[in-house]
Amino acid sequence: MDKPIKAEKLLFTGGEILDLSAKKRERVNFTVVDGKIDKIGVEKHASFQGEVIDISGNLVVPGLMDMHVHLREPGREDEETVASGCAAAMAGGLTAVCAMPNTDPACDKQEVVRFLKKQAEAELVEVFPIAAVTKKRVGAEITEMAELIRAGAVAFSDDGSPVANSAVMRRALEYSGMYQVPIIDHCEDPYLFAGGQMNESVMSTRLGLTGIPNAAEEIMIARDIALLRLCGGHVHIAHISTAGGVELVRRAKAEGLPITCEVTPHHLAFTDEVLANFDTNLKMNPPLRTTHDVASLHDGLRDGTIDVIASDHAPHSVEEKDVEFMAAPFGIIGLETMLGVILSKLVEPGILALVEALAKMSLAPRSILRLPLPRIKEGELANLTIFAADKSWRVEADKIKSLSRNTPFAGWELPGKVFAVLNNHLYWQM
Amino acid sequence: MTLASKHLLGLEGVPESDISLILDTAVSFKEILSRPIPKVPTLRGLTIVNLFFEPSTRTRISFELAEKRLSADTVNFTTSGSSVKKGETLKDTVRNIEAMKIDMVVVRHAASGVPLFLTKCIDAVVINAGDGTHEHPTQALLDMLTLREKLGKLRGLKVAIVGDISHSRVAGSNIRGLLTMGAQVMVCGPKTLLPAGIEELGVKTSTRLDEAIEWADVLNVLRIQIERQESGLFPSIREYHAEYGVTRRRLQQANREIVIMHPGPINRGVEIESELADSEFSVILDQVTNGVAVRMAVLYLLSGSEGSVV
Repeated sequence: MDKPIKAEKLLFTGGEILDLSAKKRERVNFTVVDGKIDKIGVEKHASFQGEVIDISGNLVVPGLMDMHVHLREPGREDEETVASGCAAAMAGGLTAVCAMPNTDPACDKQEVVRFLKKQAEAELVEVFPIAAVTKKRVGAEITEMAELIRAGAVAFSDDGSPVANSAVMRRALEYSGMYQVPIIDHCEDPYLFAGGQMNESVMSTRLGLTGIPNAAEEIMIARDIALLRLCGGHVHIAHISTAGGVELVRRAKAEGLPITCEVTPHHLAFTDEVLANFDTNLKMNPPLRTTHDVASLHDGLRDGTIDVIASDHAPHSVEEKDVEFMAAPFGIIGLETMLGVILSKLVEPGILALVEALAKMSLAPRSILRLPLPRIKEGELANLTIFAADKSWRVEADKIKSLSRNTPFAGWELPGKVFAVLNNHLYWQM
Repeated sequence: MTLASKHLLGLEGVPESDISLILDTAVSFKEILSRPIPKVPTLRGLTIVNLFFEPSTRTRISFELAEKRLSADTVNFTTSGSSVKKGETLKDTVRNIEAMKIDMVVVRHAASGVPLFLTKCIDAVVINAGDGTHEHPTQALLDMLTLREKLGKLRGLKVAIVGDISHSRVAGSNIRGLLTMGAQVMVCGPKTLLPAGIEELGVKTSTRLDEAIEWADVLNVLRIQIERQESGLFPSIREYHAEYGVTRRRLQQANREIVIMHPGPINRGVEIESELADSEFSVILDQVTNGVAVRMAVLYLLSGSEGSVV
């Protein structure tokens, strides 16, 4: 369907409810009335006064969330809007996203936070704004964090850039720490990064492209850890990509420091070797790394070092991407393919159990951001994702809901066909 | 006689048989160049555009001469900087030029990967005349032709490439070509100018020039660019010369004949001592002459021309 409809009276039959906390699966019918889960365990009844939806073969899980999304509104509405981003999120089985603040103007003022909330208020997908750490995201003065939080910001980030100045980062952590709101850091040493185009390795040497060494990420993660020891607060490391970075976070967690991190599907699906054809849809920052790094990301996901899977959905126009590699911007879209890529690259090969993978895309991001967890219980708001884990679908460029098409997954056959999502008293079916 | 690939984007993956074919064909063309009228009608009716998005003197002139010696119609498009700045994308620039009915494009660009990108935009044959810090295949081919001429073979030769390996497309193509042809390659320069993982390509590395001289039959000395010093990759031109400048005094230590190459343009007194560049060890001007012959061979073999060389 095109737009979501009101979830007034729905009976879902034949599906399996998957409890991510208790790790239990149960085949059971349930009803949703006025957007809430009404009865779990009902017989299909001819007398039911509503729509009966057969979801046999599908799983019912707490609504999935992507905590790292660039919605591009305000400023680049040609690439994505709140509306198109929400449509893409629904198609990807997501019921909530976080909007990164590198818009134009940047989300560094209460007005921009309120604007985003307003743009999203009638959507099925909840949009949680992340505000900038520093004014205009230039890394100098911290934003009005208290007021931004009151307006609806759930975290702070200068994503796209690091908070390079350690003194500014210290103040940001101290200040945001008073409100238990995390700073999401894009970890990159700007001097080591300088002009980088891809991972620094024999591949960058072969292709004649400027490399970005792992150390650029690791140094900033180590710096953030040192600051956590100094002043507390909560750091969430965005899109971790290096083996050394994972190890740093692992040790910091063992030390009891308030640090969390996320990984993207593309850093799990690819290594830098795929760049041999200079495909700009494989140009991202942090760059695709090596098989050694990917193996460490797997270990980090398994042992809990990596808390969250998030897409870093970064829409770019065809005009921006269809250029020589050096001139192309970093980033790919990911809202619609995250679930499928994770099932295909982590769950099917047995690297991560299904419930673990799903928890990292639903409960974990909400815990980190201190948002209420969706629960599949009678009387609770229906915030649900319904999908068939073993049913495959094909990623077709012309069917993408995002306004941008910059994906390396076009043409891929992915598992996890989304059937429907429910949230905010609305129902949308693929 | 044709090559395995429609284009010449680099020497990566180009088989030994193709490199040999290009070098053998170049030998035939070199004979033509020494005739009183050094011109053949081989590519008559073919239109070739030389697209130079980066300043170049010798490579552009060398290609242009090669094209004229083969009687092709040639057009030069020269611009510094990216056309993006003028508001037109590279893709549009080349599609517009192709719409004027051209057969081959010779391209030089500051961005690595541009020749491959062009093959996705247009149907014409694309020849890489140097892309960023990636490849410069015709330079490596002319270097190999010069070495084969001078030393009789490539297999088993020990070639040390000295200087700024990180930013050198000449090194990029020479490493690939020489290894394919059975030569051994060492790259030598300060650690700051040796790129990551280079040894994984199958080359030896050294940060000591004397070690390279001791090992090598051939030194291919790269041009050092002043900008590299400014970006802090080595402390000063003076120190660079002291540590990595190739001089007669240093060569004497090896006590045997070592062939000296340089892709040009030379910074006399910096990476190479002036007298040495002009000495009997140097094949620098042979390289330039061979450049025309090799480019004629590449143009001919990629033109799809049915006729014989002459």
